[in-house]
Amino acid sequence: MDLENQKRVKEITEAHGAENVVVVLGAAEGEASGIAAETVTAGDPTFAGPLTGVSLGLKVYHICEEEIKSEVDAGVYDEQVGMMEMVLNLDEIAAEMKSIRDQYTKY
Amino acid sequence: MNSVIKSVAYTLVHAPDLVIHAGTTQTTERIVNPESEYLKQLPDALRTFEQAVNYAPNQAYIGGMTPEGLAEIPMPWYENAVKASRFGKFGEIAPQEELYLMMQICDCFDLVMLEAGFVSGVVKASEDHPLFTMSIVSRIKAGVEFGAIEAEVTNNGAEGLYHGGKLVGCVKKAHSIDENLSAHVILENLVSKATSVLSLLHLTKNAGIDPASIDCVIDCSEEAVGDMNQRGGGNLAKASAEIAGFIGATGNDMRAFCAAPVHAIISAAALVKSGTYKNVVVTAGGSTAKLGMNAKDHVKKGLPVLEDVLGGFAVLISENDGINPEILSEYVGWHSVGSGSSPQAVITALVTDPLDKLGLKITDVDKFSPEMQNPDVTKPAGAGDVPEANFKMIGALAVKRGEMDRADLAGFVEKHGMMGFAPTQGHIPSGIPYLGHGREDMLAEKITRAMFVGKGSLFLGRMTNLFDGASFIVQKNTGGAETGSISEEQVRGLIAEALRDFAKSLGGE
Repeated sequence: MDLENQKRVKEITEAHGAENVVVVLGAAEGEASGIAAETVTAGDPTFAGPLTGVSLGLKVYHICEEEIKSEVDAGVYDEQVGMMEMVLNLDEIAAEMKSIRDQYTKY
Repeated sequence: MNSVIKSVAYTLVHAPDLVIHAGTTQTTERIVNPESEYLKQLPDALRTFEQAVNYAPNQAYIGGMTPEGLAEIPMPWYENAVKASRFGKFGEIAPQEELYLMMQICDCFDLVMLEAGFVSGVVKASEDHPLFTMSIVSRIKAGVEFGAIEAEVTNNGAEGLYHGGKLVGCVKKAHSIDENLSAHVILENLVSKATSVLSLLHLTKNAGIDPASIDCVIDCSEEAVGDMNQRGGGNLAKASAEIAGFIGATGNDMRAFCAAPVHAIISAAALVKSGTYKNVVVTAGGSTAKLGMNAKDHVKKGLPVLEDVLGGFAVLISENDGINPEILSEYVGWHSVGSGSSPQAVITALVTDPLDKLGLKITDVDKFSPEMQNPDVTKPAGAGDVPEANFKMIGALAVKRGEMDRADLAGFVEKHGMMGFAPTQGHIPSGIPYLGHGREDMLAEKITRAMFVGKGSLFLGRMTNLFDGASFIVQKNTGGAETGSISEEQVRGLIAEALRDFAKSLGGE
């Protein structure tokens, strides 16, 4: 995850409390989604950014996962994400996200 | 009348020692983790010049093979070398020692010092080079003693130039305290200039044009040339034009991260179409910072360092000659401030908005050339296959618009796309690498039109969170005579516009 984004996630969590923060990802495939999810839960696995060794344990979802999709207005979702949904490997992304949440999410 | 793509040149420079000494992944690692295993393993993972020449994607870039030819070679390409020449239809792959000599040739302030024996060795080895004309050769300086170079590097903060791990020269700082004229910045700028000049020389040869007939050069590479009073002052375009012998040319620099080349082509095409200039060259040199950008992943996975080449290109845009493919200046696409940043919004702005104006469907475009990064490089680094992802998105939009069946999505990628073959040099992959092959395909009547899409990550500069992008369409010359008549495409565009207005008026009532 981009170092600047790691810094933002850390600051938002400090300001609002980890239990009140949900991170929504838009990564294009499973592995990248998994790395980003791991970064905001267990800590930066690349040991490069502000979340190195910081286990925030945040709730984290991909925009295409049903939990988030069902929260979004269907028309807006179709306009903003519909095209990408056709392109992405949704099962792979969902499996990776669930695996990370099961291991590291604390909330 | 539309301007045309008169000629192109594409060049690469194999620069393994610059990977170690100038690539930011490596310079960063030396600061944060100087004893790392990665830095120790790196030299053994570098490729030889022959390996870089025989690497199929590099050949596709310089026109030594077609994108179709590349697609027939199984991946990973680094395991399936081809037997090739350093010279291709569009340009060449030059070795590092010639780059250093070209930097010396391009240096107007005695900032480059090369060891005398090194200079004579390179000159002797390159005497048959087709571009080493009198005007270029006369700029070569004899070189200095090794001790003088060593002293500059040790005592005065010069950046060493290494070849095969040995110090053979240096780039001195150009000011005692101005960071914008530090040895590091001067090195980056001189590499950009030297690789741009190499492309300009090939372009002159490919086009068979008198260098004095070029009116304007636009540089769209990555570096900021200036001093502490104006960090991005410029004008790298004019500086490169001078060495290339374009004595009649003015010039300027355009910067927009990786989208800059597409912005530059759009501007050049408009400048020629409007009659402001007759011959405009868009040129780009290479970026040392991006050498070995993903090398940590490559080395970790036991791969060679694939990002060991600097990229360059030059494109000549001229008045319509009735033969060469035309740039449709009135139907360019752009990502506006208000376009939105979702992939769907981006592809709509860049791809379908201009097609709608033309009354064309996505499937009417024979080939799309979005970011053409080589997947051999990006996949092992976890960044996926960038061009394929773009073709899929464009295809998915065609499905959403009802222009294509969902079942045809996989076929769309193959038919309207191609394998990526450009080095990950930021601005280099962005749309332009197919312009040469596309021009050939149109001249050979294999395709009718292609769309070129560039995208840029403006947020990297921290001035805006906006994304950027632009696109243009090139199509087979319609015969080009300046009759003032309107083309079939324009008629279709006008009809489409009229129908839309009609529909709108119905909706309003």
